[in-house]
Amino acid sequence: MRPSRQQTPSQTVGPYLHIALPWADGAYAVPAGTPGAIWLRGRLTDGNGDPVPDGLVETWQADPDGRFDHPDDPRGAVPAANGFRGFGRCPTGPDGEYAILTLKPGAVSGQAPHVDISVFARGLLDRVVTRLYFADEAEANAADPVLRNLPTDADRATLVAERTEDGYRLDIRLQGDHETVFFAL
Amino acid sequence: MTDLVLPRYRTDETANVPLLYPDYKSTRSRSPGKPLVLLPHQLTEVTGPLFGEDRVRPGDSDLTGAPGGEAIGQRIIVHGRVLDSDGRAVPDALLEVWQANAGGRYLHANGEWPTPLDPNFTGLGRAVTDSLGRYRFVTIKPGAYPWGNHHNAWRPAHIHFSLFGRAFTQRLVTQMYFPDDPLFAYDPIWNSIPDERARQRLVSRFDLAATEPNWALAFEFDIVLRGSDATPFEAEVDDE
Ligand SMILES: [Fe+3]
Repeated sequence: MRPSRQQTPSQTVGPYLHIALPWADGAYAVPAGTPGAIWLRGRLTDGNGDPVPDGLVETWQADPDGRFDHPDDPRGAVPAANGFRGFGRCPTGPDGEYAILTLKPGAVSGQAPHVDISVFARGLLDRVVTRLYFADEAEANAADPVLRNLPTDADRATLVAERTEDGYRLDIRLQGDHETVFFAL
Repeated sequence: MTDLVLPRYRTDETANVPLLYPDYKSTRSRSPGKPLVLLPHQLTEVTGPLFGEDRVRPGDSDLTGAPGGEAIGQRIIVHGRVLDSDGRAVPDALLEVWQANAGGRYLHANGEWPTPLDPNFTGLGRAVTDSLGRYRFVTIKPGAYPWGNHHNAWRPAHIHFSLFGRAFTQRLVTQMYFPDDPLFAYDPIWNSIPDERARQRLVSRFDLAATEPNWALAFEFDIVLRGSDATPFEAEVDDE
């Protein structure tokens, strides 16, 4: 019999995360030069509209077939191909910008293609979690249960990344006008 | 939308922290103003990146040695287990730690105050848990440091911990503290955790049995991630 244990609470990542958390290959959920790779870019801003230069954005997502290299995927783990890691990590720059090179995920079991995002920063006592959807998946987005559950079109719009020359763009607004929808897990 | 059977990661309300805690000033402009929307756990949330030894190099768990010489300060061993709230060990969990040096200074451009840098201390470490969820670092006891939150604000001595468990839901960043720190009462980051018992879970335990004579003191710090009823892990341990 295992006794249950109570969870360890979160604490802020603080202002000095840059000495430990950035990885040389962090922004590359796929290696540079991978055919079909896209850049997910955006700016992290606070309630005053100012860039957040000391944040960290992490992404987690399915592969282009909507599968995961993970034993808890009941359809079976799919070993990563072509160096695809599914995970990206990028500290924000002085302008609050992040960028992750990845492959566009496939639809996942009744959900539109999406990327889960965690944001860490000084002033965030816990990470905040959001999702990135793709503007060119209008039909799938309209049927997506998570998007459909949001109260307004304006809320949905905060999660939908626009097409750019080299990928997609989604700004993350922590507070205030056009505040991003954040999720409780 | 799906009939796949997925693990359910439970929440523990006692571990909740508010996003807005006005005494910690930076939360005022960075915490979301709208309530969070519940995200049911689907495949993306119950999976997550699985990192192993490939993310850690030999020596990454010893912060005290640099090519030029030894770090200055009180040498300590920090060890413990990563568990989930069902009491199961979490093997192969990547831990990343960072901290100030013995004088309370980070190796960071913004970390400047009139206390010396230590050329032999970077304050960065990595480790992966073993099959029983155990990890171990050798480091230097960090000093307290001042910060600009309010007049005469000092952070209690702490080590930052970042952890990946087995699922997106288990991701955790937290801080480890030392027993009986007189600064706890004045620290808004510590006090932001509403539940007093939950705060105590962040305090390491002095561990005489793990000290090394004539070498290092030791502190034990277990970290508990969210558990799920259904997830089979590769290894389990009984609590002693
Ligand atoms: Fe700190």
